[in-house]
Amino acid sequence: MSGLLDIVQPGIATTVQDSGRVGHRHHGMPLSGWLDGPLAQAANALLGNPLDHAVLELRGMGTVLRVKAGPVRVALTGRISATCLRTDGGRSTLPAWHSATLQEGDRLHLGSADSGSAYLAVAGGLLVPPQLGSRSSYWRAGLPGVLGRALRPGDELPCGAWTLTDPREWRCRTPWTAGDGPVRVLLGPQHDHFSVETIAQLLSQDWEATAAQDRMGLRLLGEPLRHIHAAAADIVSDGVAPGAIQVPASGQPMVLLADGQTVGGYPKIATVISADLPRLAHLRPGTRVRFESVNLETAHRALLSERDRWQRWLTTLETYLPPGTVDETALYGANLISGVLHATP
Amino acid sequence: MKTAPRLLALGDSAWTLEFGNAIDPAINARVMGLADQLALARGTEALLSSVTDVVPTFRSLTVHYNPVEANAAVLGERLLVLARQACPATQPGRLWHLPVCFDADFAPDLPGLAEAKGLSPGDAIERLLDARFRVYMLGFQPGFPYMGGVPSELQMPRLPVPRQKVPAQSVAVAGAMCSVYPWESPGGWHLVGRTPVVLFDLRYADHPAMLGAGDEVRWYAVDRQTHDALAAEIAQGLPRETFLKALHG
Repeated sequence: MSGLLDIVQPGIATTVQDSGRVGHRHHGMPLSGWLDGPLAQAANALLGNPLDHAVLELRGMGTVLRVKAGPVRVALTGRISATCLRTDGGRSTLPAWHSATLQEGDRLHLGSADSGSAYLAVAGGLLVPPQLGSRSSYWRAGLPGVLGRALRPGDELPCGAWTLTDPREWRCRTPWTAGDGPVRVLLGPQHDHFSVETIAQLLSQDWEATAAQDRMGLRLLGEPLRHIHAAAADIVSDGVAPGAIQVPASGQPMVLLADGQTVGGYPKIATVISADLPRLAHLRPGTRVRFESVNLETAHRALLSERDRWQRWLTTLETYLPPGTVDETALYGANLISGVLHATP
Repeated sequence: MKTAPRLLALGDSAWTLEFGNAIDPAINARVMGLADQLALARGTEALLSSVTDVVPTFRSLTVHYNPVEANAAVLGERLLVLARQACPATQPGRLWHLPVCFDADFAPDLPGLAEAKGLSPGDAIERLLDARFRVYMLGFQPGFPYMGGVPSELQMPRLPVPRQKVPAQSVAVAGAMCSVYPWESPGGWHLVGRTPVVLFDLRYADHPAMLGAGDEVRWYAVDRQTHDALAAEIAQGLPRETFLKALHG
């Protein structure tokens, strides 16, 4: 069966995302894609989806979805919950880290993403038409359909085919969370535009995330970082990547995120390593963050270690029978149903 | 003397091969030479299979790679060897002749720019039409070309206060650079005309951006009627190749 969701209320900062639009950066097209990959993939894992299926990224609040064709099985990950309003007037809470099966007509009111980013996956994945090989929203490139603009009431989100063979749902007892401690960076590529003292200052102070943030980037507040001389505040534009920490003349760093441009004209004092990029999705205004400098080898080990940690988390998933479900498996197991069948003439 | 290329880590998922720090056709030709060399090598070298995106800029080539698959240090060393060996691209890319309409509402900054440079608007237009522009890179927005070649007598810094809304397809100049805004967006360049040509078009799925780094562009003037007719034809599917004058400039 293939479900269909439609948007009752788009809410704020809710977008369709997958792993990103690889291979188009030489056209000036940003990578895009989910800001916290492991958290998004955890939502897919709770539904038995391939991990690269497109999901909804929730960075704000107020989104309301309706099941136009069902059933649709969903799972939320992150610090968020939702309320499900059933057609019969029933109301239930859908907590994160639990799959749930919604019926036609059910409405899902999504709460706010308390840590900054959360994800909603659907069984079979969101099948909005891909653009340039990806189902990631990017609003600045005139992509047709829902990927090229904010969601609107009435937008339809088709879901991939899946089969409901088992009334049991999935959950995990220990939510996946990104690591803590300092956010690790590799210095450069333009750390030579700063003195040794300024680099030490980058690494020794607490930086405060500001409200000046979106999927393109995140401005940090702290003691300004000075360039070695005024002219060193500009460079002839070169390539940038998500995680690059640009320092404009103001000295207040801007960390680029997934929708960041492909080239930039500010010196990059350091670049956040891949293992710690997901943590940038959770720096709500006022959150404090520190940076630690590592080398390439440590960065690689950290990435592999995060992947191992995620794989171990995956083994903690378990099935459970939601309250009120008829446990057909148990009935079959106890031979009750077949007994009834055999009794039929 | 040519400076040796530098290998710079852009985090643990990209290397930047830098040939200089100026906007200079000779430096950009080295960038494009490496891009060509790398495109060839990617077809045959397993070591390069982790490469995902290759992004030329004015003065460097950024090579994005999958940090899980790649041995980053070995990849970086190989890229540096390629950068040392690569010859500058000897030929520019494709040569395009693109239409531009200079009607007053399309070119709100043209009179001011001309006046500031002591020229009549007609003289300013003539100088733009005489110039040959080189696409150094794409960026800022998908399909937005950074084209060097604005004659020195037309060069002006960016507007002191950027516009909140620059109309899509606006032809604009700032300093030595000329470009076209593919989308309506904020922008601080001087608007000197409008082109009916669509610079980023998803109907060309393999190459949505019309121009590529290394291409050359010359402008030709069209009146409003021709502009509107071309815009309609392009919407109907008039192929891009209509504006292609040569595969090599």
